[in-house]
Amino acid sequence: MPDLLWFVIRRLFGAALVMLALSFAVYLVFYAIPADPAHLACGKPCTPDRLEQARHFMQLDQSAIQQYLSFLKGIFAGRTFGDGAAAVHCNAPCFGYSFPLARPVTTLILDRLPITASIAIGAAILWLLFGVSLGVVAALNRGRLLDRLSVGVALVGVSTPSFLLGLLAILVFGFWLNMVPVNGYVPLTESPVDWAWHLITPWLVLAVLQAAAYIRLTRAQMLEELNLDYITTARAKGAGETRVVVTHGLRGVLVPIITLFGLDLGFLLGGAILTEKVFSMQGLGDLLISAVAQLDVAVVVGVTLFSAFLIILANLVVDIVHGVLDPRVSHG
Amino acid sequence: MSSSVAAAVSPTRQALRRARKDRSARLGAVLVVLLVLVAAAAPLLVKLSGQDPYTYHLDLLDPARGNAPKGALGGVSSDHWFGVEPLTGRDLFSIVVLGLRTSLTIAIVVTLVTSVVGTLIGISAAYFGGWYDAVASRVFDFLFGFPQLVFMIALGIIVPAGFPRWLLLILVLSVFGWASLARLIRNQARSLVAREFVEAARSVGSSGWHVITRELLPNLLGPVLVIATLAIPGYIGAEAALSFLGVGVPPPTPSLGRSISDSIAWVYTGADPWFLFFPGVALFVAVLGFTLLGDGVRDAFDVRLRRTT
Repeated sequence: MPDLLWFVIRRLFGAALVMLALSFAVYLVFYAIPADPAHLACGKPCTPDRLEQARHFMQLDQSAIQQYLSFLKGIFAGRTFGDGAAAVHCNAPCFGYSFPLARPVTTLILDRLPITASIAIGAAILWLLFGVSLGVVAALNRGRLLDRLSVGVALVGVSTPSFLLGLLAILVFGFWLNMVPVNGYVPLTESPVDWAWHLITPWLVLAVLQAAAYIRLTRAQMLEELNLDYITTARAKGAGETRVVVTHGLRGVLVPIITLFGLDLGFLLGGAILTEKVFSMQGLGDLLISAVAQLDVAVVVGVTLFSAFLIILANLVVDIVHGVLDPRVSHG
Repeated sequence: MSSSVAAAVSPTRQALRRARKDRSARLGAVLVVLLVLVAAAAPLLVKLSGQDPYTYHLDLLDPARGNAPKGALGGVSSDHWFGVEPLTGRDLFSIVVLGLRTSLTIAIVVTLVTSVVGTLIGISAAYFGGWYDAVASRVFDFLFGFPQLVFMIALGIIVPAGFPRWLLLILVLSVFGWASLARLIRNQARSLVAREFVEAARSVGSSGWHVITRELLPNLLGPVLVIATLAIPGYIGAEAALSFLGVGVPPPTPSLGRSISDSIAWVYTGADPWFLFFPGVALFVAVLGFTLLGDGVRDAFDVRLRRTT
């Protein structure tokens, strides 16, 4: 057990370092933006005097390093722009302040996050379920119709861009069959049933596409696993087929599946952003795209870093689960 | 290891022989040849159809149906082979073939750039090892599990207005694309570095550059070709996705992703599903063709690509 603890601590430390390095790099890159956010904020007519005032207020007159340090401080302790009656306060964790929208970036993100997260988490659960179960079915029925069918589904899944399948699903199930709503998001807190009902098509679209790779992997791994000696031993000792498949075969499948899932997390977020546009839901992607159009640097930097941190943290969880399931990882 | 009889035939020959027997690889090859021909001859095809992708044909629209095209199949006629765009009446055939040309050009250029950069960095990391390899491997891991789409969208803000968007797309896709290839090549090269022939080359005093280009590179061309072919459909999809989100190729340059995005409103209401159909099928066939070909090339060269070390 102490081994595992050390492993977790090492990973935590590593993740923190990556976040620090990443946020610094992002800050330097976006500091180079040619448009001047203060210029956009200072209004018309923009006298040099007022421009200077705006720059000072938005803390843009500081050096890149100073701005980065204030940003870091803001995440842990919050920050305040300006002073006196005009001061704007941004509570911790402060991912910046959007002057055009006059709101802290953290609030903006938290407003939109439930939409993107609902799509991503639901789709991930479904694709893991589909991927693993269809993969096992394919492996157990090797060469038969069911196997060929799932391999075929896998190929189509790999070749269809998610937004294309999403629009097709809207056309068929939303418009022609009139079974599901075509767009709009209902918060979970408002009505859980309506929430799920509006999300079922986006979930299925993303899950079907991603499940493809998981079907292939599970099938290959299962076939390999079922030929190993200990499975033969288990069978020889009279273990039932279900027991062999579920307790012995699946265990070997889980580790590579989790590794693949860790690699797909960034992709999951991207897929959710595309899907949210297809179904006209205003999530994180919409926030980011309109911020880019409006040259709202604070929001762009905030959303970018927030999503990168989210992926790094999720990867950390995947890593730790991996370490618990496969002792070779944490001991090695 | 190949037997002495098989060794008499070059690996490329063997690969070609295997590929010829593979039915889905053949289909992929046919599709890819067709796609490349259409993309290359797109301006000619457009001229042949007597249309262009910019002229509005408002007379072909039906104001009673919210300016959807008149006639069946989205206004398909002998003049407009794929019908016209709703709202503007621009010729959809021109838009689709020129859009395909844009997609394929960007995807192929990005594949070339990432192949060269990724191969060089991957091989040199494996050869030199030490801290260089450690740092490079960290960078690969880092770029790999990354919210790439978010960064690609965000980078749009630091680009001056006059900067050509297609060049930005190529740069952004390349910056995030080279790492996955470099990582796979590094892992393949690592096993080669320990082999006798590399040892032998080193012991007679060959320079690092010589070993990399003359000893390692020729042995890795197969895997590089496989990984590059498998990557093309990904770049076609990524370009389309960015254009779909409105941060890709700007109008009026035709783009499959943007046309598909424009079709959303017409799909919701069912007013003109054909506006989705033609660009959608073109994109699907492009991705499918290159995927089949990539799978075929991989099987033919019998390369086992391992994602982890």
